[in-house]
Amino acid sequence: MIQSFGLWSIPLLLHGLMWTVLLSLTTFVAGGLFGLLFALGRSIGPRWLKLLIAGYIQLVQATPLLILLFLSFYALPFMGWYFPPLAAAAISLTAYSTAFLADIWRGCIEAIPRTQWEAADALALSTTQKLRYVILPQAFRIARGPTVGFMVQIVKNTSVTALIGFVELTRAGQLLNSMTFQPFDVFLTVAALYFVVCYPLSLWSEKLKERRSAGSAH
Amino acid sequence: MPALRIENLQKSYGVVPVLKGIDLSVDNGDVIAVIGRSGSGKSTMLRCINGLEQFQGGSIDVAGHTVDTSNAHLRALRREVGMVFQSYNLFPHLNVSENITLAPRVVKGVGREEGKALVEEVLSRVGLADKAGAYPDELSGGQQQRVAIARSLAMKPKVMLFDEVTSALDPELTGEVLKTIAELAEAGMTMVLVTHEMGFARKVATRTVFMHEGRIWEEGTSEELFSHPRTPELRAFIAPNLK
Repeated sequence: MIQSFGLWSIPLLLHGLMWTVLLSLTTFVAGGLFGLLFALGRSIGPRWLKLLIAGYIQLVQATPLLILLFLSFYALPFMGWYFPPLAAAAISLTAYSTAFLADIWRGCIEAIPRTQWEAADALALSTTQKLRYVILPQAFRIARGPTVGFMVQIVKNTSVTALIGFVELTRAGQLLNSMTFQPFDVFLTVAALYFVVCYPLSLWSEKLKERRSAGSAH
Repeated sequence: MPALRIENLQKSYGVVPVLKGIDLSVDNGDVIAVIGRSGSGKSTMLRCINGLEQFQGGSIDVAGHTVDTSNAHLRALRREVGMVFQSYNLFPHLNVSENITLAPRVVKGVGREEGKALVEEVLSRVGLADKAGAYPDELSGGQQQRVAIARSLAMKPKVMLFDEVTSALDPELTGEVLKTIAELAEAGMTMVLVTHEMGFARKVATRTVFMHEGRIWEEGTSEELFSHPRTPELRAFIAPNLK
């Protein structure tokens, strides 16, 4: 039965949007946690760990996200791990954002001058104390802009999970299109909903970057 | 037992030797100026004393600690050996008071009230009692360096190392920093100063060490060393400074 696109379609899209946002948040939190650990391992870990993490980052950054998604949805079951679409989506997006966030944050940690480490050394701080009180607070300031910027990428990239049947915003749009055959109305509305989420993040990111280039350190 | 004893200290970067057997002994209350050309190894020697640089041969004992590569040993040593750097190296995200109390708080477990008293004490010693709330980028270079000295003092060090602490300052700002150091010397602080300020070395240091090509080339009381240099290298080095 063909229905026409109208107000009744909005709840379906909003439901999809909710899953897009939830998946993005999950990805950001999990990717952020692993990303931080990887960034630390990459900047101050032993040599073998640095190499291992560098290898991971290179590998994941050179792989299309869609392939990561297919690997976790289609390939992992062959190893006995079956994941429903939501979990497979979260796993592959986390693997993806871990690699990018680790790389962004490593750069921010390494941007802190060596003399700051030395000053903290000379004051008898332990490695953990140096990171917690001296290095990471400064690295965090530099990292805010690019990190929020990357959140925009995460939100948009959740759309690939439509391909394994996870009903987020894009998949909801596809379903709606097959009911209405009004692709312009449907997909322009979908695009508008992405814009509503992403644009404020972009603005925020720019503002954080501007504040940084304005130069105040505190 | 001397406050600092360096024996046959040797260090190289790869195959390039930078310290070729340094022997130096510093008693409690001594102020030692280390002079010499860039590349003579004076800063490297200073940085070996608190373990910022590793060395390949010889030994260093300072404030009752032996320098080795164990992090725990080095941290114990650094609680009692302060260092002030050429580029101040204040923590830009912390204000003056936080810069000063960070290490006493997290390393020694000093409490809030005690920390406040500490800030007042060390800031008044460097003449900046009114700057506790300022951030480093709101201060002049000379003020930043005095805060760096205060930050180091707050750990109550037995020995203080100064690594060309006025070299990054405009000439009109070096005076205030040198005055602060001279006051510490008068108060009996044991100090090793790597410096380019010959006049200051002569006036404040009890002894001066001239380093050349990775060795201690000449050493003596500051007066004797500056007025009667024995080696042609030292004579050539201090001649332009005597004018």
